[in-house]
This record gives sequence, C-alpha cells and structure tokens, in this order.
Amino acid sequence: MVMDVDKGPAIQVQGMEKSYKELQALRGVDFDVGPGSIFALLGSNGAGKTTIVKILSTLLRADAGTASVNGFDVATQAGDVRESISLTGQFAAVDEILSGRENLVLVARLRHLEDPGTIADDLLGRFVLTDAGARRVATYSGGMRRRLDIAMSLIGNPQVIFLDEPTTGLDPQGRIEVWQAVKELAGHGTTVLLTTQYLDEAEQLADRIAILHEGRIIVNGTLTELKQLLPPAKVEYVEKQPTLEDVFLAIVGDNGKDSDAGNDRSVGMDE
Amino acid sequence: MTTHFFDDTTALTGRSLRHITRSLDTIITTAVTPIAMMLLFVYVFGGAINSGSDSYVNYLLPGILIITIASGISYTAFRLFLDMKSGIFERFQSMPIARSSVLWAHVLTSLVANLVSLVVVVLVAVLMGFRSPAGVLTWLAVAGILILFTLALTWMAVIPGLTAKTADGAGAFSYPLIFLPFISSAFVPTDTMSGPVRAFAENQPVTSIVNALRNLFTQQPVGTDIWIALAWCVGILIVAYTFAMVTYRRLTS
Repeated sequence: MVMDVDKGPAIQVQGMEKSYKELQALRGVDFDVGPGSIFALLGSNGAGKTTIVKILSTLLRADAGTASVNGFDVATQAGDVRESISLTGQFAAVDEILSGRENLVLVARLRHLEDPGTIADDLLGRFVLTDAGARRVATYSGGMRRRLDIAMSLIGNPQVIFLDEPTTGLDPQGRIEVWQAVKELAGHGTTVLLTTQYLDEAEQLADRIAILHEGRIIVNGTLTELKQLLPPAKVEYVEKQPTLEDVFLAIVGDNGKDSDAGNDRSVGMDE
Repeated sequence: MTTHFFDDTTALTGRSLRHITRSLDTIITTAVTPIAMMLLFVYVFGGAINSGSDSYVNYLLPGILIITIASGISYTAFRLFLDMKSGIFERFQSMPIARSSVLWAHVLTSLVANLVSLVVVVLVAVLMGFRSPAGVLTWLAVAGILILFTLALTWMAVIPGLTAKTADGAGAFSYPLIFLPFISSAFVPTDTMSGPVRAFAENQPVTSIVNALRNLFTQQPVGTDIWIALAWCVGILIVAYTFAMVTYRRLTS
C-alpha cells in the first residue's frame, strides 16, 4: 500500500450544518483527519456524531458547509466517495440468516472483486472467525458479530473507514476484541473515524480526539493536548483497587477468543 | 454507476433468495391461507353457491391465485422493512453499487417466491378436482398475467417496506388487497350483488383479471376482459414503481 503523504487530509469538514425539522443537529462543524490516523468523535447521545458519519458516508445531505473524503466532495462526487470508504454503522449491519462466510462473499461480490471466496477465507482467519465461518450469524455472540461487521468493512481495502459507536452494547471481552481490530486497521495505513461515548475508548485508540457537544466541536486535539486543558496533575496517594472489569477479565481469563472451556471458580469459604 | 447493475442485482437477489430457502415457512404460510380458503369455499360454501359453472373449484381458482399473490407480497414488505431496520440497507447504500439493485433484488425474490406459492396452490387445486383443457400457450398467458400482477403488487409493497415504522405496519397494507377478491367475480358472479356493490365489483381490477384467467382456463374467448386486466396490471405497475422510486430517492439522497 502506498502512503499518500502529500494528498492532504483524508477527511475534511468545514462549516457542516444539518437540521431535522426544528432540531438543529449540527451547528457548524469543522475538523480534519490526517491519512492513516485514528480520529475519535466523542460525545453523548444526541450530540450529532451519527449525523456526521451519515453525511460523510453519503447517506445524508448536509444543509450547509462542505465535506470531502479522500479528496472527493461528499455531495457532488458521492460515487467516488463510496469507492473510497466503508461504513460500520451503530448496529452490526450483518445478515443474520447468512453464514459469516456468505456475508463476506456477498460484500466482496458487491465490491466487484476477483475471487470473493479467498477474500472471505482470509478475513475469517484474520478475525478469528474461521471455525464459525459456516455458521449462521444469528448464532454469533455480540463480539463476533462486530468483528464480522468490521471484517466486512475491510473488503476492498477502503482508504477511510467510519466506525459509528463500534463497541456500544458489547461486553468487556467484545470491546477488547474490537479495539484490537481497530488498532490493526490503523497499522495498515487505513484512516479511521470512530465515534464513541466512552472516554476510555477514545483514550485507548485515537491519535486525535474531538469533543462534540450540541452540534459543535468544542475541543479538538491529541490526548496530551486535551489533558493540558486542565490544571497540572497533582500527586495524590490513592489505593489502587481492582475495578470490577479487571476482576471479570482476570477470572474469565480472556483477551479476544471465545473460549468454551469454563473455569468454575467460587470465591468464599473453602471447606 | 449502472455498469454493475446486473452483477449487483444478481448478488443481492442470491442473498434474499437464500433468506427464503432458509425459512421455507414464509412460502408455506403464503400458500396455506389461500388453500384453506379454497377448501372452505369448495367443500363448505360451494354446494350452496350457484356459480353457473359445473365445477366450483374451476370457478374459484383464479380468485384464489389473486389472494395468494396478495398475501405473498406482504412478506416482501416485511423483508425490506427488516433490511431497513437492521442497518444492512445503509451498508449497501454506502457501497459503490448500483443503487436500484437493492430494490430490484427484493422484487425479483418476491416474484420467485410468489411463483412457487402459486404452483403449490395450483397443484392442490388439481388434487381437489381442478381441470383445464388449456394448452401450453394458454398456460403461458396465465403465467404472464400472474407475473405482471405480482410485479405490480410487489412494487406497491416496496412503499410500506421502505416507510413503515413497525413490522406490523409493513405487512398491514396487504389485508385490503386480500379482501378485494371477495367483492369481485372471484367467489360469486357479480350479477347477484346489490346495486353499488355490484358497480364497484364490476369495475375493480380483480374482476377483470379473474374473468380473463377463468376464460383462459376454460378456453372461452377472453374478449375485452384480458385487455382491461392487462391495462390494470400495467397501470398499477407504473404508478407503484414511480411512487416506490420517489420514496426510495427521498430516503437515500
């Protein structure tokens, strides 16, 4: 893959506005995303994150402002934008009745690629889904579904990937699985724009973080820059208690794979 | 954009046909209601109905076929609704595919599913004593009318499929269509009906389609009925297609 250094930002948004009837969802949004970086849009429900993603992926039209993806204008060059992107929406957009492999083959065919079967098998392997590949997606866990969803988004190596709240509704293991997948993506030079309402997710993944509030971006910077907005850190003594998540993950002893081997442990009095 | 229309439509039709082969209950459900009606009317009410025909099942079958299509297309609306809700529709829309392929795939799948249901219903009718002297050409004409009618109603079903808020809403529009044959020449001759009802029955699409099919089955001259039937089918098809496409563009632009 050729690194495009001089091509300018992978995503450029200027003065984007959008209203749904009375409700002003976006009130002038500006930001740039550099090629090959992970950019997180952080905001609570209703902040306008999904609206931005839908406009950038050509599903909605902005009322005002300009936006370009991979150098193509989203309003006037929608076809070129669609060639450059992949969208993973808020709910895993997978076909429940098809098997995992059939889902991947379908997307490969729709992207008009040679040899969809091989592409599907490669991705099943990469996302630890080979064993489940022939099973109907309806039988998958939340984490597996999301992984398949992201695998489907990678077909055809789109330069820009939109992930709209990729871990909402997932259990802690599923979340870690998705994080690993996203990090791997950026490692391959793909530009990732992800939206999230979880602060730790942005902290874990993103090169730059923009905080979206009531339809405007109020802060935009790297994690270090954002931290400098607050008074310098004080040194305090705090006893480090494991969080319930630490306990859960330590006991389940899992970091990505779906293990069926149950280790029964009980906490409490031993005879 | 249109260069991939056939490839994309084929890929997506393959997908939705798999949905049908993996939940055969939809085809069975589609066929069961008309078959139950046929049994009820032939063996319960039929003896008391003077249809002017020597075999009531021969008289009844065209109307039953119309009911089969009307109940079959509600599944098209339902499947489209599920795609809209599940997010897979948005995935397809954000991909570089021919945009209308998404709808055409559902329409072609509806056509295949309805043809299978129709064949099942005709076979049951044959078991119940339906006989027709019609030859291959006449059967092709019958198939042609039924395909045209299915396409017209399927495009109509696309509209609630795209716009419904609930799954029940997506399917509900087909109930009036299922009952339309009752106020037509499908079950009893229209000249036994009272004034305004008769006027409605004689001038609504189902009567002309049923009459055309019945005349084809019995090898009678089809007269003007077949042209009126074709005009209705094509007219509904054009109006439904236009509205469906307008709705689709509004949703996806």
